[in-house]
Amino acid sequence: MDHGSPMYEDVFGISWLDFNLSNVLMTFVASLVVFLIAVLASRNLQRKPTGVQNFIEWIFDFVKGMISSAMDWKTGRQFLPLAITLLMYIFIANILGIMFMVTINGDLWWKSPTADPGITLTLAVMVVALTHYYGVKLRGTKGYLKNFFSPIPILFPLKIVEEFAITLTLGMRLYGNIFAGEVLLALLVSFMASGMLEAAAGFIPMLLWQGFKLFISSIQAFIFVMLAMVYMSHKVMEDH
Amino acid sequence: MLDPRLFILNAEIGFNAGDMIVQLVMFVILLALITKFAWRPLMNVMQEREEHVANEIDTAEKNRQESERLMKEAQDELKGTRENAQKIIDDARKTAKSEEAEMIQTAKSEAERIKESARQEIEQEKERAVLALQEQVGTLSVQIASKVIEKELTVDEQEKLINEYLEKVGESK
Repeated sequence: MDHGSPMYEDVFGISWLDFNLSNVLMTFVASLVVFLIAVLASRNLQRKPTGVQNFIEWIFDFVKGMISSAMDWKTGRQFLPLAITLLMYIFIANILGIMFMVTINGDLWWKSPTADPGITLTLAVMVVALTHYYGVKLRGTKGYLKNFFSPIPILFPLKIVEEFAITLTLGMRLYGNIFAGEVLLALLVSFMASGMLEAAAGFIPMLLWQGFKLFISSIQAFIFVMLAMVYMSHKVMEDH
Repeated sequence: MLDPRLFILNAEIGFNAGDMIVQLVMFVILLALITKFAWRPLMNVMQEREEHVANEIDTAEKNRQESERLMKEAQDELKGTRENAQKIIDDARKTAKSEEAEMIQTAKSEAERIKESARQEIEQEKERAVLALQEQVGTLSVQIASKVIEKELTVDEQEKLINEYLEKVGESK
């Protein structure tokens, strides 16, 4: 993308503390949207669900299915809020960039926050850190450490490498998919903006690509949560 | 995507420590708030519903067993009652039969008795009639004889003669 970013550098005089204000804004927007959806959907809860409660319970059951396909439900139920929040947050964050992008003074303000590797890697690191935390919490320090030496101790270096690899791939997969989608969207937009004929020619591809990106967004949110739960199950389950 | 700038901190598109911190804090806050205000109540409701459904199933099962038990009980009772009724009917029939036989017996013996007494009476009457006849015949024959032989016989001879005849009559009878 040939846009700049609204940077706010060296906050508090700390040389490494830079903010991309666009990311801050979009993170906040995505969180707000997810929160509003969740709260609106869980008002007037009834034993016999109606309307939007059905929808949110469908999501619950969906995520429940994802978790129980990775680990048994008794262990997995405590990750349900995390998994649902992750799924909805990433999905919303992904589709925020589909609808439109806003550029002010050459700075890109409105985009998908997940089109930034820092954001996605933060999520990935958080998830992997949580898997380690729950690994220690649910299996004890001994069981957690033993996990690195099973099935055979010689795999220990590989296991260490694996921890970094899964973190990196988890974050980069999401980032790559969303960023690539946004790059192509930006290209299409600049192409359409260059003239009437181009606008007409680019209309159908634009539409198709937006639809495809919607698909990618949901798939990537699903994959991210699915893998998070699989990594979690590797740490918290006894035999794998 | 392997632009080396991606992996350098503070690159234009890359890792901004501030973004990461904001993202992490934002997500944690979101997770906490959303869990408190949306997921927790929702999960409670779902849990409550699950328990409700399980309870209902249990209750239905219990009711079914109860009704099955009651039905069996009623059936047993009905069977018992039917047997009882059958027994009563059988008893009545037996009693009636024995009573009938007794009555017939009584009637028979009564008839026998009546017949017997009638026979005795007839016998008596006959005897009496024979006696009366004897006397009558006696006097009659005397009268006839006296008329026939015109007082030629004495009373004693007459008597003797009559007795002889009478005995003959009795023998020939």
